[in-house]
Amino acid sequence: MNFEELTQLAERERAAQHAMPFQIHVCAGTGCHAAGSEMVAKALEGEVARSTLKGKVLVKCVGCRGLCASGPIVEVEQQQPNAEPASVLYAHVRPEDAPEVVRSIGGEPVERLFLDTNQPFFTRQLKIVLEDCGKIDPERIEDYIARGGYRALFKVLDEMTPSEVIDEITHSGLRGRGGAGFPTGLKWATVAKANPQRYPTYVPPGVQSQKFVICNGDEGDPGAFMDRSVMEGDPHRVLEGMIIAGYAVGANQGYIYVRAEYPLAVKRLRTAIRQAQRVGLLGNNIAGTAFSFNIDIRLGAGAFVCGEETALIASIEGGRGLPRPRPPYPAEYGLWGCPTLINNVETLANIAPIINRGAAWFASIGTAKSKGTKVFALTGQVKNTGLIEVPMGITLREIVFDIGGGIPNGRKFKAVQTGGPSGGCIPEQYLDTPVDYESLTALGSIMGSGGLIVMDDSTDMVEVARFFMEFCMEESCGKCIPCRAGTAQIHHILTKFQTGRATMRDLRLLEELCDVVKHASLCGLGQSAPNPVLSTLRYFRHEYEAKLRSDGYAYGHANGAAEEALSHVQ
Amino acid sequence: MRRYGYQGHALIEALHTAQEAFGYLDDFTLRYIARQLRLPYSKVYGVATFYNYFTLKPQGAHVCVVCLGTACYIKGSPELVSALESAYKVKAGSTTADNALSLLVARCVGSCALAPVAVLDGEVIGKATPAVLLERVQQRLGAAQPAEVAS
Repeated sequence: MNFEELTQLAERERAAQHAMPFQIHVCAGTGCHAAGSEMVAKALEGEVARSTLKGKVLVKCVGCRGLCASGPIVEVEQQQPNAEPASVLYAHVRPEDAPEVVRSIGGEPVERLFLDTNQPFFTRQLKIVLEDCGKIDPERIEDYIARGGYRALFKVLDEMTPSEVIDEITHSGLRGRGGAGFPTGLKWATVAKANPQRYPTYVPPGVQSQKFVICNGDEGDPGAFMDRSVMEGDPHRVLEGMIIAGYAVGANQGYIYVRAEYPLAVKRLRTAIRQAQRVGLLGNNIAGTAFSFNIDIRLGAGAFVCGEETALIASIEGGRGLPRPRPPYPAEYGLWGCPTLINNVETLANIAPIINRGAAWFASIGTAKSKGTKVFALTGQVKNTGLIEVPMGITLREIVFDIGGGIPNGRKFKAVQTGGPSGGCIPEQYLDTPVDYESLTALGSIMGSGGLIVMDDSTDMVEVARFFMEFCMEESCGKCIPCRAGTAQIHHILTKFQTGRATMRDLRLLEELCDVVKHASLCGLGQSAPNPVLSTLRYFRHEYEAKLRSDGYAYGHANGAAEEALSHVQ
Repeated sequence: MRRYGYQGHALIEALHTAQEAFGYLDDFTLRYIARQLRLPYSKVYGVATFYNYFTLKPQGAHVCVVCLGTACYIKGSPELVSALESAYKVKAGSTTADNALSLLVARCVGSCALAPVAVLDGEVIGKATPAVLLERVQQRLGAAQPAEVAS
């Protein structure tokens, strides 16, 4: 396929869609799917076929719309000449509502199910990564192409050299969305420059490439589902980003590492890869150029540590997911000893828009050091749970109270937890902090991959810390001792707090232990494992102190002086 | 296995395929995979036990997975687990004596917006309460043996 054919295909698909004056989009993301959206789609299809609108209405299943709490979500779109289609959103649609929805097409919307899109949940968001998610059918490549998909790939192949692509990404200021925030352009440049001959390699026969691109879709954080929604809702965007990355760094083989717990994402990615191969956008000699690129899927098997890049590589090679010391970094010595580029799903989903609209456009969004947008999975004790995408620099207060709609049941906000088990809890007084990599790190949390869990005043912070530590303890791979033994001991001490056996000495030991684990662990899991404990100690110390033993061993909140005296003795 | 040319790096894929076919990985399967891929049995066993997704024990006729991810946890999924534990006299992570029900816990099933979540024989039950969940499990157990036991 060449650029002309792509344009023709896009035109044809657009014309076909315009022939249908109405479109009904039924959300088929995991949230709505669980709420029964498949039945709703079937009912709507049946109803349309029976009605007078037959042949004028297209019913299609799309990716996640974001507001998962109100699922299943249905959108009715009406094509308008020379304008964006007018649309009406419905929430909590049941199969038996189908006749009413179909009857309302072209007339007044159904009041009972109507969902107002003028509320802050929709107006405060800025969608780049998710711009097509919820608009296109993720199982049809034609739909993606009709909305301008794969144009960036042709622009790169026809007009740009690999180093120009890397410069463009560098100038955009895009940083890794997996959590650590490493500048993407710098990573690409390192891999592009790396010499595959520098280290001995052991590439298995049948794999023909000297460098590799890996898409990290091992979303292990409990409470996070951003990457899953992107892979399920817009898989071709991830593929396009990977192919461009492959071209820029000189790799011919890519792997997508997905959790086996996401069967729908795996299925849709497989379909997408097959479709891209069929039209010649993936495989040998892409678009008639000398550049070849293949993508395979590798399934994870439920290990949190495999989100760490060296552990992920070990897992793709077929072994246990154990990390190894860095350097050498994977950019020089990665998969099978070859230079390897590892990017998160969301990072790769940002590539095509940057190429299409230019680095300057992307750099104009966000704060001085953090550019662009970030996708968050907003969950916990908040009214609007779901998937959101906001520009960097928005405050946490805006996210929780405007977009999230505040705390339900008249309770009070207590803390928001970012970054999953590696992040920290941020209390009310810091809610006006802008969301970017540096600010969150300064608060003792991290940006992380994007889970945001809101907690109300009924939440016990020591229990939260214990919960995360139990998670880290179980997921620790056991290779290095600070992490293997340290997390178990921290968990033991926190359990003592919960059973009322903790003394002042335990509190001090806890702090010391957290420090050791943080600085002595081998990989990101251990280094960040104490974060939930440290941040709750920092902001909610009184809760720990209230749980100290109340007999002679403990010196609670009221006995500050005695406590001070004891610390000198010990 | 043939698809990957019997190479060592196909181990995880092979284990996935085997577990999908048999529902769990028994000793015979692991030894067979090791022989076919020319890997030491110790490595195959090591990988199979390292990852949470693989199970070496057969499952009950019905499987109920309760999510203990952060979002579900703070919305009360531990109560779901203890309700099931006491109702069916089964510990989380094991199977009842009559092989009727396996109670498992998961780290996150990715449906956090519907927290707390339980997955009963592949069907997601969102915003679950102990009462609703117990009723659904009872329905399943009371019904005749389902066709797709292995799933």
